[in-house]
Amino acid sequence: MEQDVILKITDRDGVLHEIEAPTDMAMNLMEVIRSYELAPEGTIGVCGGMAMCASCQCYVKSDHELPEMGIDEDMMLAEAFHVKDNSRLGCQIPITQELDGLEVELAPES
Amino acid sequence: MITTDILIIGAGPTGLFTVFEAGLLKLRCHLIDALPQAGGQCSEIYPKKPIYDIPGFPEILAGDLTTNLLEQCKQFEPGFTLGERAETIEKQEDGSFIVTTNKGTKHKAPIVAIAGGLGSFEPRKPPIPNIANFEDKGVEYMIREPELYRDKKVVIAGGGDSALDWSIFLTDIAKSVTLVHRRNEFRGALDSVEKVQELKDAGKINLITPAEISGVVGDNHITGVVISKNNEDEYVLETDHFIPLFGLAPKLGPIANWGLEIEKNAIKVNNALDYQTNIPGIYAIGDVNTYPGKLKLILCGFHEATLMCQSAFQRIFPDKKYVMKYTTVGGVDGFDGTRKEAPKAVVKSID
Repeated sequence: MEQDVILKITDRDGVLHEIEAPTDMAMNLMEVIRSYELAPEGTIGVCGGMAMCASCQCYVKSDHELPEMGIDEDMMLAEAFHVKDNSRLGCQIPITQELDGLEVELAPES
Repeated sequence: MITTDILIIGAGPTGLFTVFEAGLLKLRCHLIDALPQAGGQCSEIYPKKPIYDIPGFPEILAGDLTTNLLEQCKQFEPGFTLGERAETIEKQEDGSFIVTTNKGTKHKAPIVAIAGGLGSFEPRKPPIPNIANFEDKGVEYMIREPELYRDKKVVIAGGGDSALDWSIFLTDIAKSVTLVHRRNEFRGALDSVEKVQELKDAGKINLITPAEISGVVGDNHITGVVISKNNEDEYVLETDHFIPLFGLAPKLGPIANWGLEIEKNAIKVNNALDYQTNIPGIYAIGDVNTYPGKLKLILCGFHEATLMCQSAFQRIFPDKKYVMKYTTVGGVDGFDGTRKEAPKAVVKSID
């Protein structure tokens, strides 16, 4: 039986949320954030998770090893705003056991 | 004044299918969309992406779905106001509505169906502190009139198709064209990238990569942009125009101020009955609406459009008797005089 992982998400108002995310539902980080409604509907996951809008951009604050960035994500971040060295698109990060304890902060809405 | 039976706001898949369902009931439709083409997100964001959950289509590209929906509804002769955003709505004494766009086009209809998806697509504006002061004073987020740039110095920012294509186009018009992008790589179509390379080699496009525009300078009109490159000092590049082309993002926009009940950036509707909003005569269908259990799926939009049209018919013709007819039985009579029907059975006796 796979276990839930704990994620530490700082929302756009600076509030920290410790949430449990399932590893067996094929969810990604953007979808988990939406399922907990940590950002209003319509302001996150606008393109549905195709790495085509950057509305799920977040800053990764812990040193977890994340899946390598694909070309779509890389190119989208090249055109997004408020991008930092630790920026990733939540929709491109599947929830796995290895992510237990991951700390991320949502980038501002743009 | 454009008049119609059902005024549809949003020409995405839900809006287009509404035209078909309304047509079966002999109701005419007109669509308004902020984008210059029909199809909504399907044509603007992901035309080349496959969709796997359209009933009856194991796989269909979003762009092809749009083409098919336009073909399916064409005999009902929908009208289109494209490239304009529905701005205001006024209820008339006779119960009808007048919807006016940002360009002043007026539309009158007894029924308004909002099929606006996530809202109207607006250009994404880069977070440069003083940029708002220069909007329409040398900063334009989209190119409406290329002649504006004749013999001017132009700076374009962005790495997608529109940044590439406009850079190419403007080399024939502008005095100089500079393209600034944060990467050396561009994600536009290969042809466009190659063309820009050619024009760069020929000295017709000044390419600055990887770099970013961090400021805008000028008094009443823009006179230059601040270019930031990694590990280099910022400098000001003189220009007459700065065109940031970072794609479009949907915003609910003026519809949010129409007095409709809004929840979670969507319009609340009565899903037990007919997807009508809190204002009788105004419906909301597809991704733009919300109700308990709502799913933002194209197939749900189709269902909502179908029920909404039946309700609209009853509002327009309260005393008319009507029963739903199967298209296999009744065929499809277009407003253009065409008729589609099942072929007659051939009866042949056996001697």
